Amino acid sequence: MTAGYLSLTERDREEMLAAIGVSSMEELFAQIPASVRFDRELDVPPALSEAELVRHLEELAAKNAHTGSELSFLGAGIYDHYVPAIVDYVLQRGEFLTAYTPYQPEMSQGVLQAIFEYQTVICELTGMDVSNASGYDGFTVAADACLIARNHTGRSRIVLTETLNPQLRQVVKTYAPGFGLEVVEVPHDGGTTDPDRLAAASQDAAAVIFPQPNFFGCLEPAPDLAAAAKGAGALAVAHVDLTSLGVLEAPGAYGCDMAIGEGQSAGNYQSYGGPHYGFLAARTEFIRRLPGRIVGETTDLDGDRGFVLTLQTREQHIRREKATSNMTTNQTLLALGGLVTLSWLGPNGLRELGETCMSLVGYARERLGLPAAFDRPAFKELAVRTPIPARDVVRRARERGVHPGYVLGRDVDGMDDVLLVALTEKRTPAEIDRLADVLAEVC
Amino acid sequence: MELIFEKSQAGRRAGRVPSYGLPVPEVPASLRRAQAPRLPELAENEIVRHFTNLADRNFGIDTGFYPLGSCTMKYNPRVNERVVALPGFANLHPHQEDEGAQGALELMWELQQILAEVAGLPAVTLQPAAGSQGELTGLMLMRAYFADRGEGEQRDTIITADTAHGTNPASVTMAGYKLEKVATTDRGNLDLDDLRAKVNERTAGLMLTNPSTLGLFDEGIAEVAEIFHSQGALLYYDGANLNAVVGISRPGDMGFDIVHYNLHKTFSQPHGGGGPGAGPVAVIEALEPFLPSPQVVRDGDVFRLDHDRPKSIGRVRGFAGPFGVFVRSYAYMRAYGPDLRAMSETAVLNANYVLARLRDVYELPYDRLCMHEFVLSARGLKKEHGVTALDVAKRLMDFGVHPPTIYFPLVVPEALMIEPTETESKERLDHFVDVMTRIAAEAAEDPSFLKEAPHKRPVRRLDEVKAAKEPVVKYAFGDRPLVEAGA
Repeated sequence: MTAGYLSLTERDREEMLAAIGVSSMEELFAQIPASVRFDRELDVPPALSEAELVRHLEELAAKNAHTGSELSFLGAGIYDHYVPAIVDYVLQRGEFLTAYTPYQPEMSQGVLQAIFEYQTVICELTGMDVSNASGYDGFTVAADACLIARNHTGRSRIVLTETLNPQLRQVVKTYAPGFGLEVVEVPHDGGTTDPDRLAAASQDAAAVIFPQPNFFGCLEPAPDLAAAAKGAGALAVAHVDLTSLGVLEAPGAYGCDMAIGEGQSAGNYQSYGGPHYGFLAARTEFIRRLPGRIVGETTDLDGDRGFVLTLQTREQHIRREKATSNMTTNQTLLALGGLVTLSWLGPNGLRELGETCMSLVGYARERLGLPAAFDRPAFKELAVRTPIPARDVVRRARERGVHPGYVLGRDVDGMDDVLLVALTEKRTPAEIDRLADVLAEVC
Repeated sequence: MELIFEKSQAGRRAGRVPSYGLPVPEVPASLRRAQAPRLPELAENEIVRHFTNLADRNFGIDTGFYPLGSCTMKYNPRVNERVVALPGFANLHPHQEDEGAQGALELMWELQQILAEVAGLPAVTLQPAAGSQGELTGLMLMRAYFADRGEGEQRDTIITADTAHGTNPASVTMAGYKLEKVATTDRGNLDLDDLRAKVNERTAGLMLTNPSTLGLFDEGIAEVAEIFHSQGALLYYDGANLNAVVGISRPGDMGFDIVHYNLHKTFSQPHGGGGPGAGPVAVIEALEPFLPSPQVVRDGDVFRLDHDRPKSIGRVRGFAGPFGVFVRSYAYMRAYGPDLRAMSETAVLNANYVLARLRDVYELPYDRLCMHEFVLSARGLKKEHGVTALDVAKRLMDFGVHPPTIYFPLVVPEALMIEPTETESKERLDHFVDVMTRIAAEAAEDPSFLKEAPHKRPVRRLDEVKAAKEPVVKYAFGDRPLVEAGA
């Protein structure tokens, strides 16, 4: 009796071998030369029954401190926002969960229409004209944007503000040699980017990428940054948080060419960093340069509306080495979680979500008893200075059941005494009071 | 069916967001949103119905047989969905300190061990988000390796097979390499003479699937490896077809230096209508220093993320990879244990059975036993009745069967690429054979009926040319007249 999920009986196997015209399984593998055959059993852990498997994974899961077992103020790119119950339901529908990429549209109208609706929602929030069906995450879409900009402008210089998530900058630098890109980083001034400094660095650049809100939680002078990029002839790319776009202006409204970001905040669990969805939206003129899948509207033989994957001549399975990207698998199911969540919130819920986050930041600013690291308005994260190294604050606070936030010194030189405290709508004033008490004890 | 925006009514709502009665700080006027986004406004009841109705118009493995070649559409166990939702996994923040994430790190480390054993290679990175990103990562590793040896400028070319997935040449371009193609023999193996003529001191490496996209194991793989290695070049294994050989033949033993896995194919991560996936990469010892950062490492009984990797190519995506995919794939592997070999054996048995029963109904361009998939041609139907592979694919839908991959690989005209996978029962396979046989008969009797297929789907055949010519890629709201709702 074999383990796993096989369906054949012994009798099936015998009948099938006979139909094939071979006498043994061994004969089926005769095409594999003996020198490359694997002739022992795989040295892997033993098979588990389903009950044993669940117990084993429960034991592993129990070794993790999650945001339900520890009061957590961690953010820095991934956030403990509420995921609506209907997301679980929709994403567990087998018709969505267990489908492949919708190459055959007549079998896939459900997911194709859902992606079309997702593209619409992303365009509405960002003020852009076109969106792809999702990218891997909020960092790889920055590399995608760089390639679009290089091919559009013929320039090879990419300007990144140091207020972007450090992991985004690392990903762009990893991709840069293959793309033939030079990456320039512009330092921050007091927690945000100075538009004049950005303008000076942007000469001859293909693209300028800046965040709103930024990695330190602060609101950037985004329209001025976009203008600085445009003034230098570079494409302006804003990296934005979907949950902020009920209260903060859409990048399209202040002149950006592209808007990118991490979608996890809207509809995905934290899941130790993935899988989530990155979004990539742009003005119409870039539509044929976008990587990945795009869904378009069309009609069927009766003239009724339907949806298909479109502009496929951009893609690797048609264009091969001349494709805009090598992308095939994307993050459709996670993007569907985004669509469901944003539909559940609606325009009013999204605005209220942003207002609640901002109000909690305001409360924390008053209550935490530590000075703000930057004198800037913030959206859902507050950077505070700690009198002792922030790493020690984290260690001591965790002993008291509170994770007080992200140590900015992990990525940024000179910020070993800065703690980035994330405040989603799930944190309450009472929880902020508790954080304040713990910080008073450990600092 | 109506779009969700067409069901929207101003002022209606579903979700309610906590409000704590605190003052809301002012957003500076220049940064404040001027116009509200036109998100849908529906009650929760109608949102649920909307997505339920959309699900009804979609077809997954849970719905029926899905022999989409090269995509390995096997059963996705439900228990994996149960365990991935455990709070200790789903609600674990990626910046949690290592000591607070020991269970996750242990799971990832164990997954690396199993993957290394399956590939026959010592070191694994879990970071890449998908197979295609695994490919790109592999090519970045080659670049870093040759640069480190002072051969970075010299080695500028990657060789791929003419049967390769489109991702291979696309990845070559993205990694900044030149592309050279090698031909396939009549038996479906790489042409060794062509290869010897093309591999030289400028060659960085080869990208190959084995078995190939024809579903055939390359019988000369040992010679292929020798040709590249004797020139100092590296071999990259595209793991899209790994489901054929787990526990049977290991890429590392075949001579490959770099391997990517598609956890969403071989190890049952559900593909979610396009993703997520995961594309871990395994390498030989000499390439280990260049793997992306961070790496999951074990010190005694403690697991941690190692960021101190001076020779690393860097980070290819956020955090340590798509962790939820790791949970499902690890659970899948643990359900088989060493019997993973039976998984691949059965995949090969199922494919050969269907091949044996269809070989006289459709043309078989490469007349050999196959591995986990095989390629038929509808060339004869097209010549005699004007019925194409596309028509066959569309007609299959009427019988509740997802079509195979069509028009790929490019070396076979009117290609039908069929991958049954190991989890299907003999009755399912027999039904598929019967339907394919019936469609071949219909092609002779009433070709126009096939030309208009499908007949039993929520929409009829869709106009893809029109969609590309006048792209409409989002709802236009009031900017244009409302489109008449479909079926």
